[in-house]
Formats: sequence, structure tokens, C-alpha cells
Amino acid sequence: MFIVFLGILFFISYFHISNLVLDAYGRRSIKRYNFENSIRVIVFIAPAFIVLFIFILYPVFETVRLSFYDKFGREFVGLYNYKWAIGDPEFRRSILNNFVWLLVVPTLSTFFGLVIAKLADNIWWGSIAKSIIFMPMAISFVGAGVIWKFIYEYRGPGDTQIGLLNAIIVSFGYEPQAWITIPFWNNFFLMAIMIWIQTGLALVIFSAALRSIPKEMLEAARIDGASELKIFFSIIIPYLEQTILVIWTLITIIVLRIFDIIFAMTNGEWQTGVLANLMYDWMFRGGGDSGRGSVLAIVIMIGVIPILAWNLYKHRQEQKI
Amino acid sequence: MMKKFSLSSILSQLLLLFFVIIWIIPTFGLFISSLRDKDLLSISGWWTSLTTTEINEIYRMPGMNAQIEEDGYFKIKGKLFEENSGKKIESFGITSKKINEFNVSEVAVFKDESEVTIDEDGNYEWRSKSEFQKKKGKRLFTTSLSPPSFTFENYREVLFKEGIGRAFINTMAVALPSTLIPLIICSFFAYSLTWMKFYGRDILLAVIIASLVVPLQMSLIPILTIYNDFGALFGVAAKSYPGVWMAHTGFGLASTTFLLRNFLKSLPNEMMEAAKVDGASHYDIFLRIIIPLSIPAFASIFILQFLWCWNDLLVGLVFLDQVPSEIILTAKLKELLGSRGENWEILTTGAFVSMTVPLFIFFALQRYFIRGLVAGSVKG
Repeated sequence: MFIVFLGILFFISYFHISNLVLDAYGRRSIKRYNFENSIRVIVFIAPAFIVLFIFILYPVFETVRLSFYDKFGREFVGLYNYKWAIGDPEFRRSILNNFVWLLVVPTLSTFFGLVIAKLADNIWWGSIAKSIIFMPMAISFVGAGVIWKFIYEYRGPGDTQIGLLNAIIVSFGYEPQAWITIPFWNNFFLMAIMIWIQTGLALVIFSAALRSIPKEMLEAARIDGASELKIFFSIIIPYLEQTILVIWTLITIIVLRIFDIIFAMTNGEWQTGVLANLMYDWMFRGGGDSGRGSVLAIVIMIGVIPILAWNLYKHRQEQKI
Repeated sequence: MMKKFSLSSILSQLLLLFFVIIWIIPTFGLFISSLRDKDLLSISGWWTSLTTTEINEIYRMPGMNAQIEEDGYFKIKGKLFEENSGKKIESFGITSKKINEFNVSEVAVFKDESEVTIDEDGNYEWRSKSEFQKKKGKRLFTTSLSPPSFTFENYREVLFKEGIGRAFINTMAVALPSTLIPLIICSFFAYSLTWMKFYGRDILLAVIIASLVVPLQMSLIPILTIYNDFGALFGVAAKSYPGVWMAHTGFGLASTTFLLRNFLKSLPNEMMEAAKVDGASHYDIFLRIIIPLSIPAFASIFILQFLWCWNDLLVGLVFLDQVPSEIILTAKLKELLGSRGENWEILTTGAFVSMTVPLFIFFALQRYFIRGLVAGSVKG
């Protein structure tokens, strides 16, 4: 525990001492003041810049380089790793799974988020409801994995089911299922976890956005006799179009990097693997293959770039207004 | 308002209630399960523990070795379940075909004319005029009512025997510095990007924004190689706490700086200028003006980064050894999912322990959490 304080203290004292020295130095004359200022810029920037360089910039170039090298990163192999990826059935399945995730999770999370935000608007217990639905956001993916694995728990047909889902199924007279081992459909059971988590994110952003809709507009529609459903689809959704897109892209970015849930629940077995899991496998299982792992990392980044770029663009636009 | 009582309003409240129930049930089930007796946990669903339930059990009485002679009878006495279990016997039977044949006060007579009585608390008395001859006793079929009963036994076991307690401390040792260090260096960084004039500032800002797109996975192998080389060069372990702190710092740097800069930019320029005219250095301005003004922003970013580090699995998995002194909660849970996948009392309790800190932050500081999350969802 001692080392924890030491580590934090180190950074505080770095800034404090170096700045005190500069203050003392710079006060003596005007000529020194300018010099002091340029040194201070370096003092302020250096730690962050060094960290940025080592942990982000260098790895990007290194990963691109490694993707053209063999599994130990020693010999240049050209496009070999990329060709392997295109031909690899597991890679294709991961891409497909990722794609299904991208299609289902952001869409449903955004949809539920919007619906719940609307339902909870103007109700006295609305904020409690929002808290509850938002709560999974605070939990780790692994914790959520345990929670849902317990729900999907499977026991043989004769035994008492302790998993909620199977208990419900059995009470309706159907056979219990080992949900997370049914290829293809198991993806949806894993996605349910992510939707359960991310709906909260959509919800809080939407409930802020809902308040920005002019009251007069809604009142006018009500006086004209529009039903609440009609108002929801004809006024609220078009009005929030931008917000919907922003949230949709946000969740898309999170989903593109999804790793923990699948790692904890199935470890990519029963055909549930996605890109990040495949990459982890290639990087760290059985000695690792940095070439193939790097190719997969690049594929993930290429997937993220356009979405995040669009998102940042929107972010800037909103700030200008 | 009239509207409150309209049909559509009631329908929409019901729909909301439906969503709320769906959303709360998974966590609620986990919580209840972590408080249940571990034997019951593996044979019945958690929802049955909320109400008084009927349990059917089979009990075999001991044989001739347990008999005593009393009042002219040979007797075998015993108790069907432990003290304090709270169970109450409703009825019992002596054959598997009629398990509810007798009520508690009644006397059941076996074929060999020995008789048995059971009281509500599970005390039974099996008596016979002649001596018991068999090594094995007869079976009793009981139906009892079990009230909801909860225990902290699982928590005691998980915290001290399964190493979750240690993992909890490890996670704290990872998450606290991993949150404070980026906050410290990024606040200076963001300050200089906003209020200091120097060559290349705009390029640096563009680089920060560009690095938001770099997925964390990309950095793993190159950083690990650096750590290994560094460790070999100086003869220290490649995987260590400072290594994880710096990794988290690196991965959180771009988003933290981005958020802080957006906040600092919104502060009035005149204030800085006035302070400068009065002869304050940048460090004075930073300490006396920026920090006090930024407390809410710091709080949001702190919570966001702290939860991120607390809930992280991948970084802790890659940059720490998976040994008891270093393993973090999420990695430990993942390990337990593999090795103790059937021991639900350990899994549910462990998961709940790992959730305590996030849930506390969530309920205590929800406002800052939401603000940070909404602003900071660009995190890579």
C-alpha cells in the first residue's frame, strides 16, 4: 500500500518542485521571465507527452510494423498475415459475430433508452426508475457476466432449475436449454447482457435531451388531438434525430471493442468469438503470434475510426452552436 | 393534473414498471443468492427463498447402534435438522407412496409394529417393544415449511478463504493511482493546451483527438515488449503495479485531456489575464484559480476513470501476474468462473463484493457519474 502513495506523491512533487524552482528563478529579471515561460511549457507538457508517446503513438506504429512481420516480429513477411486473416474461417465468423453485435446492440439499447426515457419523463417515480435501469452501467462486464450466467444456468431436464430463464421455460412445460452453448442463438443471449448495460447510457442522454424539446410544440400537438404515440413518432423522434445518432455511434464504438463479456461467459467457444477475443487468443495463447494479433488490432481500429471521427465531428458542431 | 389518471398514463406507467422489474431482477437475484445457504442455493432457485416454502426431504434414521432403553421401550431419538434452521415440520410419511400420511402429532406405525412420532421442530422418537435388530434405520419422508433465511457465511468464506478479500485490496491498489496519476498530469497538460502559447499546440491537440480512436488492444503487445525489455534491463519484474498504473494512465490520457480541455476552455479568459497582470505565474494560476474552479469536472473525470480501472479486466490480465498478491477482482472472478463454475455461492458472492465499490459510487455520486459518463463516452 505504501508504494501507492509513493507513486502518486512522485507526480505531485514533480510538478510542485519544478514549478517552485521556476517561480523563484523567473522573478529575478524580465529576461529570465521569457526563458522561464518556455521551460514551464515543457514542464507542464513533458509527462503527459511522454506517456502519450510511449502508450499510444509508438504502439500504433509498432502494431502496423508487426502486422507485416512473422509471429515473433523478426522476419518481414509482407501481406502474409492479412492474407491469412481473409482466408481464416474463424476470422470470418468473428467479423460476422461482430457485425451482428453492431447491428443489434446499439439499435436495441438506443430504442429501449428512448422509450424508457419517454415513459419515465414526468412521472413522480421516474427518477427512481431511471436510477435502476442506469445502475448496470456501474458494474464491470465480468460482474455482469456472472449475473447473467446465473440466469442462463442449465440443469438436466429432471432436476430443479436454479437458473431463472430455464425455470420459466420449464414452468411453461418446455425442455430446459443450455442457452449459451446453442450456436448462433447464443450470441443473442450474450448481447442481452450488453443491452442490459448500455440502455442506461442511452437513457440518461435521452432524458436530458427530452427536456430540450419545446413544451409549446408538444402542447400544440395535444390541443390538435394527437395521441401520445403519434407525438412520440411524429415529433419526439424527428426532433431527437441527432441525439439518436450520437448515442447509436457511442454504443457502436463500445460494442466494437467488446471483449470482457465473451471472455468471461464463453471464452469464444460455441461460435461466439468476436474480433477482440480472437485477437487476445492470437496474442497470448500458446506463445502468441504478434503478426496475426496485430492484423486483428488494426481491423478493430479501422472499424472504430469512421464512427468516432463522425462522432467527434458532431461533438464539435454542437459546441459551435 | 387530469392527465395523470388517464388510461394511457396508467398503461405507460405499467410498461415502465415492467422495464424496471426486468432490469432489476438479475442484480437482485445475485444479491439474494449471495445471502443464501450454499446447499439450498444449488438445489432451488433464489426466488423460492423469498417466501416460506414447502420442502420435501427424505431422512434415514440410524440403526440398532443408536438405541437406548427407556420406560420399557427401546428408543432411537434424533433431530431431523439443525437448530436455528427455522424449519417447521408440517407432515410426514413412512413410505415413499404416501409422504404426507401423518400430521406432526400423530403416531405412525411401521409394519414391524415399531412406532415413530415427530414434533414440529424435527425431534423424532422411534420406539419399539422389542430390541432393534437392523444396522440401518427406516426412512422418514418429511414435508416442512422453511421460512426465508439468510446468512453472511458466504461472504466470510469468499473474503478470507477464496482470496477475494486480497483481490479487493489489489484492485484498490491498481485503481486509485491509475485514476489520480492521469488526473494530475492531464490537468497540467490540458491547462497548457488551453492557456499557454507555444509552437505546435494545435498539432498536439489534433494528435490527442486522433489517439481517441486507438483501441486499447493495439497497445498491448508493444507495451508488454517494452516492459519486458525494461524489466530485463534493470533486473525488476516486467509485470508490476507501477506498470499497470502507467498503462491505465496511457490509455486514459487522451480522453481525460480531451474532457478537461473542453472544460477549461469554458472558463473566462479575463480571469487568467487579470491574474497575469498581477504577476501570477502559470503555476499560481493553476493552483489558485484553475483547481478550485475545476473541482466538479475533476470529480466527474475521477469517477469515470476510477470505475473504468476498477471494472477493467484486460489491462489487469495482461500487465499483472495472476498470483494472489497481484490478481485483481475481475480477473479473479473470471478465474473462479472457470474453476468453480458450479459453486454459485462463491461466484454470486464474489461478484457482489466486486460490485460494492461501483454501486456505492453510483448511489452516492450519481450526479457526477452521469455527467462524466455523458461527457466522457468517447473513451477508448
